[in-house]
Amino acid sequence: MINTGDTAWVLVSTALVLLMTAPGLMLFYGGLVRRKNVLSIMMQSLFLLCLISLQWILFGYSLSFGPDVGHFIGNLHWAMLRNVTGAPNPDYAPTIPHTLFMLFQMMFAVITPALITGAFAERMKFSGFALFSLLWAILVYDPICHWVWGAGGWIRNLGALDFAGGTVVHISSGIAALACALVLGKRKTYHNGATPPHNLVFTVIGAGLLWFGWFGFNAGSALAANELAVNAFLVTNTAAAAAALTWMAIEWRINGKPTILGAASGVVAGLVAITPASGFVSAGSAILIGITVGIACYFAVAVVKTKFGYDDSLDAFGVHGVGGTTGALLTGLFAQKIINAGGNNGLLFGNPSLLKIQFIAVAVTMAYSFTVTFILLKIVDAVVGGLRVEENDEIIGLDITQHEENAYTLID
Amino acid sequence: MKLIIAIIQPYKLEAVMEELDKTEIHLKTVSHVLGCGRQKGHSEIYRGVKEAGNLLKKVRLEIAVNDQFVEPTVSAITKAARTGEVGDGKIFVMDLESCIRIRTGEKGPEAIG
Repeated sequence: MINTGDTAWVLVSTALVLLMTAPGLMLFYGGLVRRKNVLSIMMQSLFLLCLISLQWILFGYSLSFGPDVGHFIGNLHWAMLRNVTGAPNPDYAPTIPHTLFMLFQMMFAVITPALITGAFAERMKFSGFALFSLLWAILVYDPICHWVWGAGGWIRNLGALDFAGGTVVHISSGIAALACALVLGKRKTYHNGATPPHNLVFTVIGAGLLWFGWFGFNAGSALAANELAVNAFLVTNTAAAAAALTWMAIEWRINGKPTILGAASGVVAGLVAITPASGFVSAGSAILIGITVGIACYFAVAVVKTKFGYDDSLDAFGVHGVGGTTGALLTGLFAQKIINAGGNNGLLFGNPSLLKIQFIAVAVTMAYSFTVTFILLKIVDAVVGGLRVEENDEIIGLDITQHEENAYTLID
Repeated sequence: MKLIIAIIQPYKLEAVMEELDKTEIHLKTVSHVLGCGRQKGHSEIYRGVKEAGNLLKKVRLEIAVNDQFVEPTVSAITKAARTGEVGDGKIFVMDLESCIRIRTGEKGPEAIG
């Protein structure tokens, strides 16, 4: 039975999640790279928005949410949207058109590979990126999405909680980002220091748009205009605020000054961590989740990355991998049936088994995403003749060498 | 004829322009430049990671003058741009071989002012 209020809210939420990729993530990442690479990183997000939009309709949605095969993947009965109609699907969203649920999920499938681009920014060949991303969507995103959210998926059957994509979106992409950073190697100019962002104003606008769009991501994941959506909205805002204040406080203490890049990074870290928890935890828990993830992500990008020396250029692993893991595990601590009767109680509310289930979901997702990403990169490397652009092209910049364009002119 | 090139702190540009105006020196070219001296630039911190050795932002003034204006120009710049701290900048004075006004084709000292 279609509910018009629910349908209106999920329509708006779908557009909000699109806004996170274009232009939210484009600006967030675009500001962080050097001026000679800003178009290349924006192009990658725009390209994925178009590519995955079609992949999803052709067969991606069917692989992710279609009728279950062995608890691992959907079959192709919903390919080309066959059997996906205006009638609601009771397994997923009983009050909105099935087509709308498919569209809402499409925007998640778009942003996930786009998050990975932060790890190989400023050095990956466009052809290699394009092929890798398509294969990654099919062989990593679609299966993991099916395990966690698809009817019959094995992690869903296990009882793991992932309200809006902590595991499906952030851990899968964050771990893939680490594999990319390790396989591609460092940028020629990277020596474990910082690469000054070329336009922090872009980055701050991008972070603001991500925050705004995240209300669609999390509150939209209620798939209805109800009290659960409102709770998700509340805890999303709360965790973002708490994580950003935490990040600023750490900087203030350690470096003597809070920075706006730190604040913006904290916002995103908080939003990432609350994602899996947003339909299951209270506002008080959201503050604690925000504080914890602020500390965890700061430590990951400022200490761990420098110590090990991998070039996760825009901290896709440091923020999404670490933040997503923090959020998924803390969901096992803070979840409450009082918030969502369809969920479960966490460790702090008398049910230690949920934490164990969350841990299994996190560990298997990490292992699967890392392994398959690693293999895909090796295959793509062989197919396109090297994942990276030529050394001289990297020095000149990807905008000119990959796309024959410049973002900024010097004269007029 | 001399060409005076001064590298100054960006935040001192306004004061220098005012002082030059008082000295009746109105013709100048101003540009943003990057550089460093003995203080070896400055450091910035991004996501907790320090980036050292960045070039400092400076402002470069170019002023072409006839010989009798060299001393007033140099003292006006010095007076306005000095703080006494490292990084105040430098003034270079060099001989100017020729000067041509594009509009009229005038050459030499009368083309300068």
